[in-house]
Amino acid sequence: MVAHLLRLRFALLVNGFRRSVWQTIGFAVGAVYVLFVVVLAVGGVAALGLGSPDLAPDAVVTGGAVLVLGWWVLPLLFFGQDATLDPQHFSLFGIPARRLTAGLALAALVGIGGVALVLVSLGWSLAWLASPALVPVALVGGVAGVAVAVLGSRALTSTLAPFLEARRAREVTSIAVLVLGVLGWLAFVGTTGSGGSFDSRDLGPVIERVATVAAWTPVGAPWALAGDVSDGAWAALLARVAIVAATVAAAWWAWTRALARAMVTTSRPTASGSQQGLGWFARFPATPTGAVAARTATYWLRDPRYAGSLAVVPFMPVVLVVVAGGDLSSPLLLVAAPLVAMLFGFSLSNDVAYDHTAFALHVSTAVRGVSDRLGRVVPALAVSIPLVVAFALASAGLTGRWDLLPPVLGLSLGTLGVSLGVSAVVSVLYLYPVPKPGRAPSSNPPARP
Amino acid sequence: MAVHGISLDVPRGSFYGLVGPNGAGKTTSLSMATGLLRPDSGTVHVGGRDLWADPDPIKRSIGVLPDGVRLFDRLTGAQLITYTGLLRGMDRATVADRTGDLLDALDLADDADRLVVDYSAGMTKKIALASALVHAPQMLVLDEPFEAVDPVSAANIREILVSYVGSGGTVIVSSHVMDLVQRMCDHVAVIAGGHVLAAGTVDEVRAGRSLEDRFVELVGGRRTTEGLSWLRTS
Repeated sequence: MVAHLLRLRFALLVNGFRRSVWQTIGFAVGAVYVLFVVVLAVGGVAALGLGSPDLAPDAVVTGGAVLVLGWWVLPLLFFGQDATLDPQHFSLFGIPARRLTAGLALAALVGIGGVALVLVSLGWSLAWLASPALVPVALVGGVAGVAVAVLGSRALTSTLAPFLEARRAREVTSIAVLVLGVLGWLAFVGTTGSGGSFDSRDLGPVIERVATVAAWTPVGAPWALAGDVSDGAWAALLARVAIVAATVAAAWWAWTRALARAMVTTSRPTASGSQQGLGWFARFPATPTGAVAARTATYWLRDPRYAGSLAVVPFMPVVLVVVAGGDLSSPLLLVAAPLVAMLFGFSLSNDVAYDHTAFALHVSTAVRGVSDRLGRVVPALAVSIPLVVAFALASAGLTGRWDLLPPVLGLSLGTLGVSLGVSAVVSVLYLYPVPKPGRAPSSNPPARP
Repeated sequence: MAVHGISLDVPRGSFYGLVGPNGAGKTTSLSMATGLLRPDSGTVHVGGRDLWADPDPIKRSIGVLPDGVRLFDRLTGAQLITYTGLLRGMDRATVADRTGDLLDALDLADDADRLVVDYSAGMTKKIALASALVHAPQMLVLDEPFEAVDPVSAANIREILVSYVGSGGTVIVSSHVMDLVQRMCDHVAVIAGGHVLAAGTVDEVRAGRSLEDRFVELVGGRRTTEGLSWLRTS
């Protein structure tokens, strides 16, 4: 069974290349890039292991904890869990859930991300280069780390998937995590000094402190096993092994249970809805341009993919505040309005790709190009002009630079126009892969020309 | 290449059936004939005018039901028909009247306010057909219009199409249901592997036999062996 699933995963990967040359090139570029990052990460740790053997183990614990945490949380946020081996595809075969768990867990390692995870986890055992006898222990820890990362990630996504399906829930989660991330960064900046710049000599104690705490959490424990052996802290070692074992067991159990449930439920029903009357179609003028505008407005409200691409816009100013070091009167904030204008305009650049093959309707009805383009821009302008003006006013007010309001307004509205215009052209010339209609806004489409 | 050397003559006012095995090139041919896919070579003439020389005016006179393309399915049924009508440049009152008529005629009135994404396969087919009809085209090109449609609705659609042809309209349908094509169409073309195997009036093509038998004979591929010997329950 396990071998079958692995072979299936390989076959899917290889067949993906047969479909298009560009996908193969994209894969190769991605693989080279990731390999580069892996070599950097492993090489850095190995150098640290030889250069400052005291710091290297703590660095590995911190890095490992971040790695596992990323493996757990990122698929949740961006729902990028690859769906090529969707467990529901196996529901007709009557495979015991436990064997499916084992097969899918190993199959998850086939692919750029999985291979990189394994390479980094095993490579980090080189942190113990100064005392080679401990490298095998660290290898065991690395394998445990991979198990915790993969099983934990699958357990989390499959358990939480039903709750995250709802569009609101996912938006709220993404926003909550973003806010948490920003707060975390502010706290980090606050504790390590000021202005976001810190001396590299300060880094050692910080890593040490983080590592001490992280080593007692499920995400950090696997990476600390070799350190315990080195210190001869057998009680601590036993406790950490127990933490790792309990995490793996709990994740295995949760994922198996979720798989067993997925075997006997049909695919999740799509968000159903209804609308009395014609909605926007009754409000916009009865022309082709008006119709396209009404359709676009309806989609913005009803298709989560549009909401997803807009959700990031209000957070740009937050990011700016962070970059400014929390200083609300920093003149840097004046960039917010033009930045929002640019991002907003860019969100239209995948419009035709979002239509998918439904665009055939525009082709077969021989809609004039002007109507199609204008209709898509009108609702965007209706939303973005007040938004951009509000940002310009707010930034002028906060920084107290009312004298700069006219240029900021001019720059912002000009940027908005240029950005929308460029997007209108680009969205026709270059279609880049986007989530299909009905898929989660942040699901990762395979690269396709 | 999905299609090479297809040459068909569809008389005005005919009810033309296009039949062929899976992968024969039906959808490709119809896409090229309706201005959705530019052919590498060859021409398409509609009413004596070259379609690909100036597609837009001709597209306005054709109603298309494409197969295998998505609809704007986040709209409700009524919104989708309205959208198509307005894209065709019709005025609001006419669109509203015809939307109501079409929803009634295709048994979709109760589902007019539901999102198309929640429709069943057959209902989706019917709403797409309604969108193709809304601007009262002079020619209808329908790719698999009866697929997944229930028998009652199929009979209603057939009646609509027959009366449309009776009033001078031209209909081209592709289908796998030979019996339906034999009863409904007056002309038929059999295509396979991107080539036309036979074309003409239904009576000419079937040559005294049932269309299904003639189709199998033309296309070939029927097996007379025992089949899957292991697929037995006893």
